[in-house]
This record gives sequence, C-alpha cells and structure tokens, in this order.
Amino acid sequence: MTRGPTWFNITSLVLGFSFLYLPIVLLVIYSFNESRLVTVWGGFSTKWYASLLQNEQLLDAAWVTLRVAFASATIATVLGTLAALILVRSGRFMGRSLFSGMIFAPLVMPEVILGLSLLLLFVAMGTARGFWTVMLAHTTFAMCYVAVVVQSRLVGFDKSVEEAAEDLGCPPVKTFFLITLPIILPGVIAGWMLAFTLSLDDLVIASFTTGPGATTLPMKIYSQVRLGVTPEINAVCTILVGLVTIGVIAASLVTKRQQVQRERDERAAFGADG
Amino acid sequence: MAKKSIGPVRREFVPWENSDHPPFIEFRNVTKKFGEFVAVRNLSLKIYEKEFFALLGGSGCGKTTLMRMLAGFETPTSGQIFLDGQDLAGIPPYRRPSNMMFQSYALFPHMNVEKNIAFGLKQDSMPAQDIEARVSEMLRLTKLEQFAQRKPHQLSGGQRQRVALARSLAKRPKVLLLDEPLGALDRKLREETQFELMNLQEELEMTFLIVTHDQEEAMTVADRIAVMDKGELVQVATPAEIYEAPNSKFVADFIGDVNLIEAKVTEKSDAGTRLVSVVDGFVIDSEQETEAGLGETVWYAIRPEKVRIAQGRREEGQVNQIDGLVWDIAYLGDVSCIHSKVGEDDHDTIRATFANISRMVENPITWDDEVVLSFDRDAGVILKG
Repeated sequence: MTRGPTWFNITSLVLGFSFLYLPIVLLVIYSFNESRLVTVWGGFSTKWYASLLQNEQLLDAAWVTLRVAFASATIATVLGTLAALILVRSGRFMGRSLFSGMIFAPLVMPEVILGLSLLLLFVAMGTARGFWTVMLAHTTFAMCYVAVVVQSRLVGFDKSVEEAAEDLGCPPVKTFFLITLPIILPGVIAGWMLAFTLSLDDLVIASFTTGPGATTLPMKIYSQVRLGVTPEINAVCTILVGLVTIGVIAASLVTKRQQVQRERDERAAFGADG
Repeated sequence: MAKKSIGPVRREFVPWENSDHPPFIEFRNVTKKFGEFVAVRNLSLKIYEKEFFALLGGSGCGKTTLMRMLAGFETPTSGQIFLDGQDLAGIPPYRRPSNMMFQSYALFPHMNVEKNIAFGLKQDSMPAQDIEARVSEMLRLTKLEQFAQRKPHQLSGGQRQRVALARSLAKRPKVLLLDEPLGALDRKLREETQFELMNLQEELEMTFLIVTHDQEEAMTVADRIAVMDKGELVQVATPAEIYEAPNSKFVADFIGDVNLIEAKVTEKSDAGTRLVSVVDGFVIDSEQETEAGLGETVWYAIRPEKVRIAQGRREEGQVNQIDGLVWDIAYLGDVSCIHSKVGEDDHDTIRATFANISRMVENPITWDDEVVLSFDRDAGVILKG
C-alpha cells in the first residue's frame, strides 16, 4: 500500500518548510554579509563574527544567560522530578487534583502574567533584582515542563522493580538513587535540556524580573534590535541556531543508535532461547 | 484388608499432623481492608519449616495480598504475622528475612545478570569474594553461566525467569515467596520449571510459599495447598485430600472436573448413607456418614474418572448404577470424556472419563448408545450445600 508522494503532498511539504525555515535561512545568509546594512547584500565576509568577539556587552549577556540557564535548569529538574514522583506514586491524597493542576498551570499561563506576578512578589519582599531573581523565575516556570517529561517516563515504570530492591534489603532512599533514578534518567536529562533551552531563549519573564547588571542575551538582542539591527546580531543568532542544531542532531543520533543496538540484542536473545 | 489412604504418599513429611510442631510462618486472625473492600478476612494459617506451600484461588481472592503482607508491602488492618517466632509488625520489607520472586520478574534493567543477582548480597555488605562465590554458585544452579554479562533485555523470557529466581534465592532467605512465578512461560517450559523448583526446594531445604491460580501447578509442586475464596481459606490440605476429599461444593468444583448431583438423604446407618437424586430419582449408596439429617438436600460430588461406563442397561435392584444415553464425546488422546444424558433435560448429564489404554477398541461407545454408569460406594463425597 505504499504510494509515491502526490503533487499535493510535495506542495504542502515545500510550503510548510518554507514557512518554518525561510526566515532562519535568510538570517544565516545575512550574517555573512560584507555590507553594514542588514538588508543589502554586499558580498561574503566573516568580519561580523570577528567583531562579535570584541563586543564585551554581548559576551557578558551570553555568559549571564548560560549561568542562569544552567542553574535554573538544574534546580527545576530536581523540583520537577520530585513533583512528578509524587503525582505518579502517591496514589490518591487530599488535594491531589489541585496539586497537579497547580503544577501544570504555568504551562498555559500567559508569560506576561507570570512575569508580572513574580516582579510584584520580588518587590513586595524587597529583594534586590538581578541574577538570582531571574534564575528563580526561570526555575518556577521550567519546573512544570520537567514534571511533565519525567511523569511520562514514570507512568511506564514497573513499581515492582523498586519493591524488589527493598525486598532484597535496600532502604527506600537508597533504592531511589540505585534503581529509580538510573531507570528514569533519560527522562530527567530530557527535562533538564528542555528547561535549559526554555531559560536560554526567554525574554518576557527575564525582562520583568531582572535588575541592573544581569541582562540576558535575548534582552540584549531585543534592545539592540530596537536601535537598529546590525549584522553582528545576525552572527550571534546564527551561532545560537548552529548550537541548537548540533544538539538536536547529536541527541537523535544517540537515541537511534541505542534503539538499533536494543533491537539487535533482543533478536539475539530470541534466537538463543531454544 | 489393608487400610486405604487417599492418593499417592509424597514423603514422610507431615508436620501439620502434629499439633505440637511449632509453625514457621503463622497468620493469626489477619484482616486486610482496602477502603470498604475486605481483601483478607480474619484469616489464620500455619506453614511449617521446609514446606512447599501453595495459595490457590481465582483473581481477587486475596492470595496475593496475603503474600504481600508477609513480604511487608502491605500492612494488615488487624491481626498478627509471625515468621520463625518473630512478630513482623512494624518491620519494613528491607529488614524482613524473606525474599520474593515477582510475577513481572522485576529485574533491574540497567544491571547485568551478575549484578542483579549480587544486588541483595551487597545490601548486606557481604565481603566481595563471598559475593563472587555466591553469585557463581547461583549462576551454576540456574544454568545461567554464559549469560552473566547480559542485560535483562538481552534475555529470553525463560532466562529472565531464572535470573529472577537466582536473585531471590541468593540471600538464602528463611522463606522464598513466589508470586505467579511461571505465569509468563509457555506450557512445556512451565512444566519443566515446576520440577526444577521442587528439586531446588529440596536441595536448599528452604520454605517456599507460592501464589498461583493454576491448580495443576499448585498440585504438582506443593506439599499442602490452601484454597482461597473471597479473602477466606476454604480448605487447607494436601493435593490428594483437596482433590479426593473436598470439604465444600466450592473446592470440589474449583479443583478439577466433577459431577455434582443434588440428592436427598433417605437412609442413615453405621454402614453409610443412602441418597436419592432429586431430579432423576436414582439411588446412591455411599459408605460415608453425614451430618445431614433425613430428608435434607445435599450434594453428591463424584469425579468423572471414578464413573465406569459400559454399553447395556442396569441390573434391576442394583444401586450406584444409572441408565444413560451417550450425548457428547470428547476424545483428548490420552483420555476420553463421555457425557451421558440421565434425565429428560439435555443438560442433565453425567460425565465419565477413562484412559485410552488400548489403541484399537472393538465396538467402541458411540453417540446415542444406551450405557450404564456405575461407581463404587467410596467413589464420591457427600457435601452440604
């Protein structure tokens, strides 16, 4: 029942992909523009990448962004994993639906509202805004994404594996680190990467909760674009796109290889049993 | 005349017949409720050291809950559980001297076979060379030597089952709990493994407690069987007693195949009891005495293989003979099962089975033959409703 692609399929595919990727392709092309004007092609050059390395402000912003993303992703992963464990494992308890609803609410809550409410909280508490407040804000909204990813991994988890460990003399906390965590690790890592990416490209919440000296890269880019786009910005964006692409390809290659290996093992096991 | 006994005698191991013999595992008035649902109801049971004991029952009868309470994964709502004289109340699973083999095997997917087996020993901080020695012993015992470095997903179902067994035996627990251990295996492998389990149990001289819904499995492996229904023990006895002397209609019907005949008590004496079939009026003469009063309705349970079948009609005035008409025949190779109609209604049949000991038969029984069904005075059991 395999059919070749019809004209309709090919057209939809081309239109769909152009819609998604044409802007990014343009951005990459113009990052190699010789001309100072962003929209006029003046020949190939890599000079904007060189000048990027001289731009202290952009590099500082990038460094702040990476630190915020790393710290908030790590904390969000710990908290999100715990939340997922409670949601999947505790069965029924008083206020379970309220709890799960509250964990997932930030997924659908408008970022502006989230940012504003956090700002109000920090002001009310009299906290000096800066690196720490941005990081806390990112942790708050990334946590629910982690919880969703880890929860999906936990749903397919055979609880008797943990019971077996306890039955063999392993106390509950040790069982978590020796048995549960290694088994759900792919989900936890995926959750961390998602949280890292979300923090990396967040503009709205960061703008609300940051203070002097803690400007993130998206904020920096946004403010510079308002003064006029320079090819330097295009270069920064191209590097970001490149990093993300490499990450995605690497992840899919690893997954694919594991799957192939697994299938081969299972075939071998099936053949070995008479 | 030599004294008759029930079924084959397995071995000289009958601690349950001696009321002074201390039990190894004891459930004392144990009740377990899940909300409103009563999973186990005021149950008391004694299991002895080195016994192979089976909990048998349909799904939802409470057998798995009973085992999980012994392992420590469930807490009794009331009552006590003792193991080797120690009250288990408040002792968490990881400090109990029992080990369990799970229905799903529950192998650790990220560890190889060797590490799976060594896991329990490491928790006891056993010296490394002792662990190594014990693991290789378990690998040899379960014939898994060449798979030591494999991960669980690289093994077949039968191999995984053996890893689970090796892992639960490695710590030499006081009692091994087996939760439907052979459910996932195909029939041939299951039968082989049943005998392997029995040999292991005798070799290691350990107490085994198995939970199963498969009566053949329970009868093959166990010294004694507890038949459970709705959270209560219906009968606790050897496989032969359970089969030949069921104590209730439920057990008679649950274990194996049986003809249940509704009958009225018409005569009681020292020599036994006379019954008359309620539906068809034939007379049953049994050597069994019954508590049921004259005129009371009881059930006469007789196994199909204890009913003889022959072509012809009954002799006038004889008891334990019934005229029938062959209605259905099931040829199963080793045995044949014949349903004979004994009344007006099409469903009013009695089953007789016999072994096909000859390949060739002269004048075999066929459909619509007139047959006579007969049985001995001690062939069946009288059961009260």
